[in-house]
Amino acid sequence: MGAQLRVYKRRIRSVTATKKITKAMEMIAASRVVKAQRKVAASTPYATELTRAVTAVGTGSNTKHPLTTQAETVTRSAVLLLTSDRGLAGAFNSNAIKAAEQLTERLEREGKQVDTYIVGRRGLAHYNFRERKVAESWTGFTDEPTYADAKKVAAPLIEAIETDTADGGVDEIHIVFTEFVSMMTQTALDDRLLPLSLDEVAQESATKDEILPLYDFEPSAEDVLDALLPRYVESRIYNALLQSAASKHAATRRAMKSATDNAGELIETLSRLANAARQAEITQEISEIVGGSAALADATAGSDR
Amino acid sequence: MAAELHVALVAADREVWSGEATLVVARTTSGDIGVMPGHQPLLGVLESGPVTIRTSDGGTVVAAVHGGFISFADNKLSLLAEIAELSDEIDVQRAERELERAKAEGDASAERRADVRLRAATGR
Repeated sequence: MGAQLRVYKRRIRSVTATKKITKAMEMIAASRVVKAQRKVAASTPYATELTRAVTAVGTGSNTKHPLTTQAETVTRSAVLLLTSDRGLAGAFNSNAIKAAEQLTERLEREGKQVDTYIVGRRGLAHYNFRERKVAESWTGFTDEPTYADAKKVAAPLIEAIETDTADGGVDEIHIVFTEFVSMMTQTALDDRLLPLSLDEVAQESATKDEILPLYDFEPSAEDVLDALLPRYVESRIYNALLQSAASKHAATRRAMKSATDNAGELIETLSRLANAARQAEITQEISEIVGGSAALADATAGSDR
Repeated sequence: MAAELHVALVAADREVWSGEATLVVARTTSGDIGVMPGHQPLLGVLESGPVTIRTSDGGTVVAAVHGGFISFADNKLSLLAEIAELSDEIDVQRAERELERAKAEGDASAERRADVRLRAATGR
């Protein structure tokens, strides 16, 4: 076997092995998307009931609460960025990071200081590499987030907004995550988590133009709101984490699918080249034999004379 | 026909139980509260404790609920909890072990959780 042919054969073998790996990763991601989607669906009843309750208290009483009142001048805001721990997901993480950077830029143009909170190793690595300050970060659960993880993330954020800005607190919280629209579409978007604008929440929940009843609050409207709003924030963060996880798996699936397709194409091209090389080798051998025998025939024919 | 109310017991990550009931007893921060059909709209904060639901077919559903809310309007009652378990889902031996461990470590909240689980599971 010629040297050229051997090189092609070796590359085909290695690409075939890679293709097998990416194919397996694609299938794993596909099954995880379904699981993650199911978790998003399972968390929906809680989120809708909670939204209803928040709307009920917010509109049914004239309670002022730090989590719903807009500060007159916003001096510092927090940005929570949700990325994944692992890569191999196409532009998933860079899109989320880009969205966070655009938001940060916009807020800074408005004269606000920005504290960044990050979930996921990818986003953290991006910020650390550029030596940017990160207020707090969490890693290790982005593939399958649980409610306890959401609580862990929400706690310092709620604490920060309850602290005075002068003591290092924040006035508003934004969240950047990747919304799972469908298997093929995931969009990175930013959303203001706090202060809550009750009108918006009311709009989200009032699908049927229902009139909310006048509730009796137990023990009191303030206490209910006190307990309700942190839960609401947690549930929003939980939902964002779940959507982000589903999006990540969908992005991985797509990236691995195109990697598998590319590997297939590469194998085809390489097999063509290998065939051509083999054919060239054979042709050369034949012409060498023919040439050799012709030269021999010429030589013997000459000696006869 | 006896009046009924629709109950949905929802945990953060799943719907635990839903169905028709005639009476629901839950523990709010200001004491136990019983809700029957036609109660006035209510929104309350729950303490961790057992929730008893008397279903319309005469059965009883007991669940351990750890923190959350109760809201009632239009004959629809929702119980929202971060963690909620039905009594037959609770592993009694595990809860007992947890209780002992929590007592030994002096972890009050873990002790309370285990205690609520046990009470819901054994019906005491």
